[in-house]
Amino acid sequence: MEIVLWVLLGIVVLLLLFYVFTYNGLVRLRNQVKNAWAQIDVQLKRRYDLIPNLMETVKGYMKHERETLEAVTNARNLAQKISDSGAAARSKAEGELSSALSRLLAVAENYPDLKANQNFLALQEELASTENKISFSRQFYNDSVLNYNNKIQMFPSNIVAGMSGFKTGEFFEVTAANEREAPKVSFS
Amino acid sequence: MWEQIRSNQIRSAVLVIGMGALLFVIGYFLGLYFFDSGIGGLLIAIALWLIMTLVGYFQGDSILLASAGAKKIKHDDHPRLYNIVEEMRIASGLPKTPDIYIIDDPSLNAFATGRDPNKAAVAITSGLLQQLNRDELQGVMAHEISHIKNRDVLLMAMTSVLLGAIVMLSWYGSRIMIFGGGGSRRDSSSGGAAQGIIMIVALLLMILAPIFAQLIYFAISRKREYLADASAAMYTRYPEGLASALEKLGASSGQLKSANQATAPMYIVNPFRKKGRAATDLSSTHPPISERIRILRAMGGGASYIDYETAYKQVHKGKGSVIPASAMSLAGDSSQTVSRASTADDPGRLERTRETSDVMWKLSDYKTIECPCGTKLRIPPHFSDKSIQCPHCGQKHML
Repeated sequence: MEIVLWVLLGIVVLLLLFYVFTYNGLVRLRNQVKNAWAQIDVQLKRRYDLIPNLMETVKGYMKHERETLEAVTNARNLAQKISDSGAAARSKAEGELSSALSRLLAVAENYPDLKANQNFLALQEELASTENKISFSRQFYNDSVLNYNNKIQMFPSNIVAGMSGFKTGEFFEVTAANEREAPKVSFS
Repeated sequence: MWEQIRSNQIRSAVLVIGMGALLFVIGYFLGLYFFDSGIGGLLIAIALWLIMTLVGYFQGDSILLASAGAKKIKHDDHPRLYNIVEEMRIASGLPKTPDIYIIDDPSLNAFATGRDPNKAAVAITSGLLQQLNRDELQGVMAHEISHIKNRDVLLMAMTSVLLGAIVMLSWYGSRIMIFGGGGSRRDSSSGGAAQGIIMIVALLLMILAPIFAQLIYFAISRKREYLADASAAMYTRYPEGLASALEKLGASSGQLKSANQATAPMYIVNPFRKKGRAATDLSSTHPPISERIRILRAMGGGASYIDYETAYKQVHKGKGSVIPASAMSLAGDSSQTVSRASTADDPGRLERTRETSDVMWKLSDYKTIECPCGTKLRIPPHFSDKSIQCPHCGQKHML
């Protein structure tokens, strides 16, 4: 009788240990996802800050590109306004800002004076790098979400996740269809 | 990522313990031989190791950086390099951007240092900075950052300290045994046979231990290089960047003046490499560059660990493995690649050379004045006149 009791006790202890380790692992992954999301946020905010500087530098040279310039400013303001809403709406607005910006930078190729401006060159590097940082932070965020979701859905950790109410994370997709297209350049 | 780091930690622990045991065995037998007390020798070995470890842990990175003559840069000194490192910090999920250093040396190399991800540094030679375009530089920095992320830097620093202690003890021990008189040998009356056995064991140990320790060290180092390459491909989602950078590194044979055998594994390619040497051997800290390039190029558009492992098997005809099984499931979805459009504005070779030399002058406290005639005037830090005349067009510049 006593042996059976001890075995049962051992099993209970093992189950408890499994629960504790899996739970902690899940919490760590969830925090990583949260932190990764914050990283995207930092980079998106940095882009909002860079755009007014860019406009200030560019507007003296590109007087005939009012539409392109306005598109960027509007996209920026819209994106900033809805920056508190969910991932889906946000990624759409940010996607539109990205494509408006790349249109502007493509048009800037037609202005040799602007391209010789040191200020513009420095801003161009900052903007290009910020775009990269947004992509890389999104990449890290999606990788983190994938790891987290795998852990939540795969056996045996899914039992712990179900018991403790862990919910799968949402991917940050590139929803704006035109973000992957080559920017259209008009020479009118 | 966590699984992979943890399995690395277990393997590293085994390695470090193994090398530590080797060091203590040497200490024990040396003590037994010289002053009839194994414990005394053991204590000396432990003391030596402790001192070296403490120095290595707290001062190792600054010693390495200072001996390489590295200069720390800020964002404005070289915005592109700084941005690239930050991009890779984000892609790898490192908590803090490592300090960035430039070494004024025409040879091509780069390394990472620092005992933990919160206190790390990457360094690159000015020669390499001139050679690489943005994508290649990104590949190299991703490789260095993954050394930090995978905790290779700490592991290699700690093992190189152990290796150093073993080599030191063996070297001095064997010299004293062969050329000088041993302590207890003359006045010992207790059984000549036992004494002889101890002497033979001690001598054998002192000859074999450094070789053995070095082989472990090199083997681990080589595996780390593959893993860092795989991580770099995953972070950048663009293996070609690193492959093309390695190609440039492989084509040069310039040896880095400030490197030595113990610090060699920290560099992206072996700082003592000779041109055209392809054969892999046990006494090399790095796998052959040509092979690393072949693996990266065999990844066929993918960028995950699985793609790297497949490519590695393909190059090695199905033998061996570099990625811990627990890390294989990790994401590496290459559908969400970062656009490579930024290369369009990438400065060419000539601009990069100018840019790098500007940075090096600036880091040496020289001021630069650009004369409207196109001449660049470099003003030394202790220049005392109030104005200077352009030697080209004669215009006066106020300072």
